[in-house]
Amino acid sequence: MEAYLDNAATTVVSENVKDIMIKVMSEDYGNPSSLHMKGIIAENYIKEAKEIIAKCLKVNEKEIIFTSGGTESNNTALIGCARANRRAGMHIVTSKVEHSSVSSVMAYLEKEGFEVTYVDVDKNGQVSPDKVKAALRPDTIIVSIMHINNEIGSVMPIADIGEAVHAFNKNIVFHVDAIQSFGKLKILPKKMNIDALSVSGHKFHGPKGSGFLYIREGVKMHPLIYGGGQQKGVRSGTENVPAIAGLGQAVRDAYENLTEKMDRLYDIKDKFIDNMLSLPEVYVNSSKGKEGAPHIISVSVPGVRSEVMLHSLEEQGVYVSSGSACSSHKQALSSTLAAIGLDKERIDSTVRFSMCDNTTEEEMNYAYETVKMLLPKVRILRRDKK
Amino acid sequence: MEFKEFLIKYAEIGTKGKNRFIFEDALMKQIRISLKKIDGKFEVNKENGRIYVEALSEYDYDEVIEALSHVFGIVGISPMIRISDNGFEDLKNTVIEYIREMYSDKNFTFKVNARRARKNYPMESMEINAAVGEALLNEFPEMKVDVHNPEVLITIEIRKNINIYSMTLPGPGGMPVGTAGKAMLMLSGGIDSPVAGYMISKRGVMLNATYFHAPPYTSERAKQKVIDLAKKVAVYSGPIELNVVNFTEVQLHIYDKCPHEELTIIMKRVMYQIAEKLARESGCLGLVTGESIAQVSSQTLQSLAVIDEVCGLPVYRPVIAFDKQDIVDIAEKIDTYEISIQPYEDCCTTFVAKHPVTKPNFNAIKRSEAKLDRIEELVEAALASVEKIIVE
Repeated sequence: MEAYLDNAATTVVSENVKDIMIKVMSEDYGNPSSLHMKGIIAENYIKEAKEIIAKCLKVNEKEIIFTSGGTESNNTALIGCARANRRAGMHIVTSKVEHSSVSSVMAYLEKEGFEVTYVDVDKNGQVSPDKVKAALRPDTIIVSIMHINNEIGSVMPIADIGEAVHAFNKNIVFHVDAIQSFGKLKILPKKMNIDALSVSGHKFHGPKGSGFLYIREGVKMHPLIYGGGQQKGVRSGTENVPAIAGLGQAVRDAYENLTEKMDRLYDIKDKFIDNMLSLPEVYVNSSKGKEGAPHIISVSVPGVRSEVMLHSLEEQGVYVSSGSACSSHKQALSSTLAAIGLDKERIDSTVRFSMCDNTTEEEMNYAYETVKMLLPKVRILRRDKK
Repeated sequence: MEFKEFLIKYAEIGTKGKNRFIFEDALMKQIRISLKKIDGKFEVNKENGRIYVEALSEYDYDEVIEALSHVFGIVGISPMIRISDNGFEDLKNTVIEYIREMYSDKNFTFKVNARRARKNYPMESMEINAAVGEALLNEFPEMKVDVHNPEVLITIEIRKNINIYSMTLPGPGGMPVGTAGKAMLMLSGGIDSPVAGYMISKRGVMLNATYFHAPPYTSERAKQKVIDLAKKVAVYSGPIELNVVNFTEVQLHIYDKCPHEELTIIMKRVMYQIAEKLARESGCLGLVTGESIAQVSSQTLQSLAVIDEVCGLPVYRPVIAFDKQDIVDIAEKIDTYEISIQPYEDCCTTFVAKHPVTKPNFNAIKRSEAKLDRIEELVEAALASVEKIIVE
């Protein structure tokens, strides 16, 4: 049996998405900026994708900008808004558990003279609205908090944080990295006080190299990429029409029966967590129920390095991620796992199981049975052998 | 200036007496192999103790120089022009045109060095030198003669045809690969072993390689890294037969039976035994490793002595007395450094103890090894499942 449980890294492209992309590439290949019919047909795919997304988020189509994915969306929102609003202030608030496509941008902005406050998380990996509120200052121009943490799946109280931020100052740009949450949790930017939202297509069966940024009308943002003035000059470059069409299709499919699909995942997740906790000396770093994401389960097996567990599972057809990228030479410990207070041994021995809407209970049971079967074997080899 | 021909200079091979032709043929073969990898058609010829490369089609000059600068045995590469003998007037004019094109700034000192290998040429070397030198001075008044320390040495070789060149680009030196037998390189994913392979290969030794793979404790990426390293070494050494040995069961057995602090030493002893078997099977005359004294616990003189004791073949360690930085410098030169520092664990680091022995006691090691009751069958199994990959 094979169980691909690395869906937080990437997902398989769905048949629907593949079909529409092939059609665009082979038949409707025009440049959307061309004046002739081929151009108009291509442009219609972009319009349609925008309509689908705008409808799901309940926002205006004008507020959607297509990008090459989550990293570009985060970069554009953060760097673009920081540059455009620097006269209003140079202070930014974010959390200690952001993905590197946010935290590396913060490091860059610090070099550019901005001041960044990193808010702590609690032991479940959640950012509290009060802590964000306490970090706000008169010169704060951006608050950036992720919706679902990619390593342990903690869900941040985005609506409450948004409310607190805008109660303090309406002009602060509240940016949300929704790369792990879009297509899983309902997101309504207008109601949740979100000014900018980053989404990546390949996390929910869309193609790699696709994504979008929602940016509320009226938010000041400079472009990162200059050129032919496509997408109202915010993101120049001939639109990647096949990817955009595929992204639109993936969004449409994701939102179909969204609640039912997620309820099923919550169910499977909770059973899997119970199963893992029944194993000796196995720890789960993710929360059960709606405190945690429906699809991410982080597990630590102290004494067994993540890579060893990962490759042992791989031999049995179970594909997962290591909780943190580490090696004997360079210790690049995960910031999230350290931020929730795990010690080095727990961090070193963490793997992440992540599901998509197609993941079955059988697959998760197989993963659990495989871990159970492997434990005695992988535990032979511990560094602390006497 | 467009060159059609290159004169290949080699030094050490010239001294090898009656075996000289073997070395020359090996060098020509290596030159042909290196030129096969780049665009263009080339002919490699030997004439009176000289090797020439002639381009028969369009080619990229920089690519040719780059390819030739990786062929061991070459000490210099001189791009040259070759003309047939149409009298001295023609020769003189050709040299003038050559200098005109070759050097935009003529403000340099020079010397003409004519060599008359064909003695029936109507002028003697000294006469040619004087006449060509005078013609150049008349044509380009900025040029000055310096017979002791010229900035540009213009060589005119009178053979069947006439060769003119004034520039020699450095080759890598060493001996042509294939003239000194074959050895088994123990290739890990680290910085040292590819450098060791490169250095041994520079003395004319062909290489096979052995890598110990320990899935799931080491990843497929670690194996791919070793293949990538072998590819870089193969640029110099020619094709390498890489043996990938699955070492997991052996390692687990050692881990199970032996004291933790002796693991590395005992593991290495078994690795050497396996490498020796593979070496003998494929006609290799020694093992090559990247060990350097005192770099890690298993590389003290005491440890090396205990490790060597199991191996019936000589073990060559070209970087044994090198500082790390000196090894890194070579690794950067041969373009392996960036690959080596990728963070994938090899089987040595995975199983390493917190405090490994640095001065292993020979008898203690023997006693521990006596507990390895299944070692022979596991080694047999590892040998039977070796994956062989030709890396070029």
